[in-house]
Amino acid sequence: MPVLSLPSVLTSLTGGVHTIPATGTTVAEALDDVVRRFPGLSPRLRDEHGEPYPFVTIYLNDEDIRFIGGFGAAVQATDELSVVPAVAGG
Amino acid sequence: MTVTALHRAAHTLTAVPLQCASCGRPHDAGPSPVCPECLGPLEPVYDSHRQLPDRHEIAARPRSLWRYREWLPFTGRPVRCLNAGWTPLIDAPRLAESLGISRCLVKHDAGSFPSLSFKDRVVATALNAAHAFGLTVVGCASTGNLANAVAAAAAREGLEAWIFIPHDLEPAKVAASAVFGPKLVRVRGTYDDVNRLCAQVADRFGWGMVNVNLRAYYGEGSKTAAFEIAEQLGWRLPDAVVAPMAGGSLVTKLAKGFGEFLDARLVRGVAPRLYGAQADGCAPIVRLVERGDDTLVPEKPNTIAKSLAIGNPADGRSAARLIRSSGGWAASVSDVDVVEGIRLLAETTGIFGETAAGVTVAVAKKLARDGRLSPDDEVVLCITGNGLKTTDAISGSIEIPEPIAPRLSEVSALIQS
Repeated sequence: MPVLSLPSVLTSLTGGVHTIPATGTTVAEALDDVVRRFPGLSPRLRDEHGEPYPFVTIYLNDEDIRFIGGFGAAVQATDELSVVPAVAGG
Repeated sequence: MTVTALHRAAHTLTAVPLQCASCGRPHDAGPSPVCPECLGPLEPVYDSHRQLPDRHEIAARPRSLWRYREWLPFTGRPVRCLNAGWTPLIDAPRLAESLGISRCLVKHDAGSFPSLSFKDRVVATALNAAHAFGLTVVGCASTGNLANAVAAAAAREGLEAWIFIPHDLEPAKVAASAVFGPKLVRVRGTYDDVNRLCAQVADRFGWGMVNVNLRAYYGEGSKTAAFEIAEQLGWRLPDAVVAPMAGGSLVTKLAKGFGEFLDARLVRGVAPRLYGAQADGCAPIVRLVERGDDTLVPEKPNTIAKSLAIGNPADGRSAARLIRSSGGWAASVSDVDVVEGIRLLAETTGIFGETAAGVTVAVAKKLARDGRLSPDDEVVLCITGNGLKTTDAISGSIEIPEPIAPRLSEVSALIQS
């Protein structure tokens, strides 16, 4: 079963839980499954148009999902999805 | 409170509170990576009634970036990195002639103290924030220059430093971090991979990661380049500024700095047009400016300009918006042009800049050729890093002569050849 890993800043929406098991064969299905249990997460994963929320980046294992098909990317049982706040320097 | 206690309180360094730049919610001062409510970027909030110095008062202060301390995110006196900033603004008439513009000046952060890049500015504010928050472990995700700056400043201040860099950085940049004795972590991957890891590190271990959870304070240091440009021009503003873009923060902070000096009536006129420079092999902000929309499309970097190789720049959208609203533009150049830019800068100004400097000069040349910079313009180029850190980039384009015997006849032969 894939897992969704969250930063601390989002755990107020999940009762303090950082890592949540998810079901689904795509990123979208896995996120939908988690959002069903934690509806408050929804607007921090997708914007009002269903596009990626601009202040987070979602990774499938080590890859930014935007490079591998976005929400449609296939997810395996052993995969980890990570939500990371979009901060960067140089 | 006694007079002594009042005096001490006035001098104790404290960080100003924060506000989300997206949703506007206020937050207490602290090491926070993003707004807890909407995850938007945080910005410091300044007391609008604070006493601001005039030109004479600033001019009488020590020559460091702290001469502008009222515009930096603290109250009380800074305690760390007191000598950072105040790099020269150098007239470059031969470069101006080559570019076909009336006047060109170089903001020479390639000579910055202590680590030879503009990152000494942001580290100065970040390490004072770390002090204000009682953090004794600092760190960063870096493409090289920031690693050098954090490692150097941490060594001086006696702080433990964790420096995370991509595994394939230029050897000189790796050495120029390692020499200071930090915990240096080379990560297999790109800068964007390193950055993701550091966001998780800051979240897990609570260290003061200067460009992650101290970012709101860190970024403000870049404004001092704008303040210095204005003061060094004789308290006025140039027509245009060309700056390299990696995460996009420098451009946004230049805009903020020029705006703050206009608001304070320290300078008059209009803010400079801002021009952003990237390499073709990693130009997500340039492409965003060209498209004119508001959706940044990340890229996989492939350029010799490693210090600009951020494919997912967090400040890219703000940088693009500010560039467009300033009346400026953005452009990218090939790696061949980057090397030519390094050489043009060196051969016309005597300044050896790194690959990001080559990007900036080559983009300025392209903008002038395309008419985006006018022949009447006075243009400042932000040269942000030192060429001694990226000598590999030019090794194939410069000729190293064969040695000669120590005989006059051999020199005569060279003269005749």
